[in-house]
Amino acid sequence: MPLAGLIGRKLGMTQVYTGAGVLVPVTVIQAGPCTVVATRRPERHGYAAAQLGFGVVKPQRLPKPVTGQFGKAGTGTFAVLREFRLANGDPPAVGSEVIVAELFRAGERIDVSGVSKGHGTTGVMKRHHFSGFPGSHGTHEYFRHGGSIGNRSYPGRVFKGKRMAGRHGAERVTVRNLEVVAVRGEEHLLLVRGAIPGARGGTVLVRKRPEARR
Amino acid sequence: MNPIDRIEAEQLRKGVPVFKPGDTVRVHVRVVEGDKERIQVFEGTVLGRSGGGNRETFTVRKTSYGVGVERMFPLHSPRIDRIEVVARGAVRRAKLYYLRERSGRAARVTEEAASKA
Repeated sequence: MPLAGLIGRKLGMTQVYTGAGVLVPVTVIQAGPCTVVATRRPERHGYAAAQLGFGVVKPQRLPKPVTGQFGKAGTGTFAVLREFRLANGDPPAVGSEVIVAELFRAGERIDVSGVSKGHGTTGVMKRHHFSGFPGSHGTHEYFRHGGSIGNRSYPGRVFKGKRMAGRHGAERVTVRNLEVVAVRGEEHLLLVRGAIPGARGGTVLVRKRPEARR
Repeated sequence: MNPIDRIEAEQLRKGVPVFKPGDTVRVHVRVVEGDKERIQVFEGTVLGRSGGGNRETFTVRKTSYGVGVERMFPLHSPRIDRIEVVARGAVRRAKLYYLRERSGRAARVTEEAASKA
């Protein structure tokens, strides 16, 4: 069984016409090519996986222990390393390349993970979609507040996990069940319907749906 | 060329005639009815063009049985079979929305003197 996914870079969004003339919003992902840098075997590591490298980077930009890993594998040096689990079968050979055209096909459903855009400190309306307070009817200096955060002497405390203002974004987000609109194998591009997490240029993981991974 | 520009450029229709707001055009649209496809023609005055790249659209207005009908077409949609320029209009603005308030003789666009298509 081939790998369940690969590493990519979000290039940005555009629109594409389908054959029937429907204009579809798509995100363009530079998906691979990834190189197998290391493998994990059940008898040695307890699970089967392949570690993929993506994004060529100069060796002097990396810590020496990391370049040493690449030296051992005999591959180039990469900016991003991620492991992809294998349900069954042997991992591909170290040094072999993983390309989009082998993994995905137009019409397929996939999951895409990435780090969402950071918003810094935000209020409760942006962060948790609270509705705020009325703009009129006597509201005084209390438009975007969260309201009450609890009761009185019972329970006498604020519950853990209470949604409040704070850091928003810059966290790992997975968008599931996205439709692959087109796979452009020669250019290593993947066109996915809809939006994916993160800013342009962000690293994303493109994976098959869990049901297809088994 | 960056990949996104390339993807957009590939979708551009080839052989789009040069037409401007004020021109009269005949748009041949592919219409799917059940499992049959036929071509429907929509002829009228171009009110304006908007957007760029593969997102460009244009608005065509005509009067049908006394009722003003406007239709916006995505310029590069595969549903458009062909665009014909019937006449060139002489206008001084990019969007001819003022035609909506006019009817009859006042709603005409004078034809460009020199270049008749």
